[in-house]
Amino acid sequence: MLPTITRQGRLIPWLYLAPALVIMLIFVVFPVFNTISLSLKDKTSTRSAEVSCVAGEPCWGKLENYRYALTNPEMTQALRNNARWLILMVPGTVIVGLLFALLADRVPYESLAKSIIFMPMAISFVGAGVIWRFVYHIESGGGEQIGLLNALLVRLGASPVAFLSNPAINNYALMVVGVWLWAGFCMTVLSAAIKGLPSEVLEAARVDGTNEWQLFWRIMLPMIAPTLLVVTTTMVINVLKIFDIVFVMTGGNFGTEVIANRMFKLIVTDTGRSMAIAVLLIVLTIPLVLFNVYRFRLQEREE
Amino acid sequence: MKPFSRLNHILRNLPVHLALIIMCLLWILPTLGLFVTSFRSREAVRASGWWTILQREQQPGQAGYETYCASCHGPRGDALAEADLSDPALIAKYPRANRLLPVLKQEINGMPHLSDPALPENPKDALDTLTPIVTYLQTLSGESDQTARLTLRNYADALVGYKGTQDYITDCQQGTASALAKFRCDASDLLNPEGMGRAFINTLIVAIPSTILPVFFAALAAYAFAWMDFKGRQWLFAILVGLQIVPLQMTLVPIARLYVSLGMADTFLGIWLFHTGFGLPYAIYLMRNFIGGLPREMFESAYIDGANHWLVFLRMVLPLSLPAIASLGIFQFLWVWNDFLVAKVFLATHPVLTVQVTNLIDPRGGNWHILTGAAFLSFIIPMIVFFAFQRYFVRGLLAGSVKG
Repeated sequence: MLPTITRQGRLIPWLYLAPALVIMLIFVVFPVFNTISLSLKDKTSTRSAEVSCVAGEPCWGKLENYRYALTNPEMTQALRNNARWLILMVPGTVIVGLLFALLADRVPYESLAKSIIFMPMAISFVGAGVIWRFVYHIESGGGEQIGLLNALLVRLGASPVAFLSNPAINNYALMVVGVWLWAGFCMTVLSAAIKGLPSEVLEAARVDGTNEWQLFWRIMLPMIAPTLLVVTTTMVINVLKIFDIVFVMTGGNFGTEVIANRMFKLIVTDTGRSMAIAVLLIVLTIPLVLFNVYRFRLQEREE
Repeated sequence: MKPFSRLNHILRNLPVHLALIIMCLLWILPTLGLFVTSFRSREAVRASGWWTILQREQQPGQAGYETYCASCHGPRGDALAEADLSDPALIAKYPRANRLLPVLKQEINGMPHLSDPALPENPKDALDTLTPIVTYLQTLSGESDQTARLTLRNYADALVGYKGTQDYITDCQQGTASALAKFRCDASDLLNPEGMGRAFINTLIVAIPSTILPVFFAALAAYAFAWMDFKGRQWLFAILVGLQIVPLQMTLVPIARLYVSLGMADTFLGIWLFHTGFGLPYAIYLMRNFIGGLPREMFESAYIDGANHWLVFLRMVLPLSLPAIASLGIFQFLWVWNDFLVAKVFLATHPVLTVQVTNLIDPRGGNWHILTGAAFLSFIIPMIVFFAFQRYFVRGLLAGSVKG
């Protein structure tokens, strides 16, 4: 399949591959094995995790750090929060992105509208966190509310709300930031899929008297379903690893802890547990990434 | 198209336009708030919301001036040439209300100076009415320096990382001791380790090699995968691409420890290599797909003409791959520029922009004027790159959406 002329000595290909291979061996392959082995050690990284077991309490032996990662109250809270993000923020982002894609498809200023929605993807999560901290800001000293949302609430006659420290709502406040950030990504991918739909099919349906609502549910949606699936799984991966937003906006306090933030907090103080959380993270994401790669290659073959 | 059918079309689409425009406004509003706030003075930020910038602010004494004086002297004070209230020399004669009151008591051409409405009879009440008017006259004539509505001083504070009770420029001009203890009040302050100026340079130093290295190494490897024949080509490529699933979090601690034992902790070389390693799997995948798609005849004729691999790679493959290199390079550059976690772990002593912004966050929200300026400084380059190369950026992002 290759031109015969490309046959060369045995050595030359490896010269071209060497820089990439060496760097990836050191920076990707070695750390994976090292992380797994560290996750079986206690906080000194020299003794087995078993030594941190307390007599009379449940112990998973060598897997003690995994017992922490799966059963400790701090971690179950983090897992619960990640689950909440998955249930609410992922569909929210996909639906908003789809709505944008459908609406923008029908107006002449499509590219401008898309740029506005997509712009949050260009800035850092840290920057987005600052932007939204300001939106959610509450002035508790009795001064004028300078945060947009609380000023609006006061103007409407309600009392200001501590969006980021009130455990009843702060997780949702953070999810709004997530939707704001990622809707542009979902929109772009879905918009490409919508534009790729064969126009004859849509025209034929319209001629047959199908209204726009039916057209969307019966024809467009089934046809873009594979893309919706890829977008959704990608968002699930992103949400499982959500870190910067939470770190900047609440630091994981007030009941907003998530898995990746827990892992970061423990890096120095208890490496064994931190690494167990990292392994948990990869175990959760691997099936999704594999599925995505598989879908992506399938799509490429079709094209 | 007939004009009416066009109008009809627009009307039928009105809900779509409305929904989209409202959503776009909602999307841009948070960023706009940050942007506007970064140009407001510390006092203004604390006193009122950023949206009030559009309201015409009432100067103190303006209402009194409009009641008593504006009918003759005009809204700007310059309607009467013989008594031009916008003339600083004239206003300077009346620094206080008790100097102005006797003048106003004098009659002009047999008529009271002020008749409709007249000043209160009681001198104390008259003075109370006049005091704000005098202040306003001073503003009007330019006698007192009006505090500017918009300022660039927040950016100066953010660039040098100044956290004093006043702003950096004022404190330097007045020679405030606390400012002079840590700052030299010259250009060297831009390199202050707590400032965004230094962080900006650090980020550039991190981002440029962290973009060039993986793209170049990936192009080399991709060329070998696409146009060379060697044993295990297929499965090696599959493994490398599979490494995309490894999340960042898996690699932090082992590499951090490796760096400590090698004495490479907190070095730029360390973070360059880390970003290179983490960026390579996706970069190789993307470059291999592109380079493998280049026309085979081109390579055959080049080899027949006696070109060796290195020449073909340098003179043909690299220039022809520019679209892929651009997509990949922009994606990787923005990724590194916006990265927080890696920089926080590997480069603690040389904070990059994202890390410096988090350093400036005040839990009580007392320094929004600096924080907003600092955040916006960190957006400048990504915004320029995004709007200038939007097409490439979106393409790179779409292809990279499977990255782990």
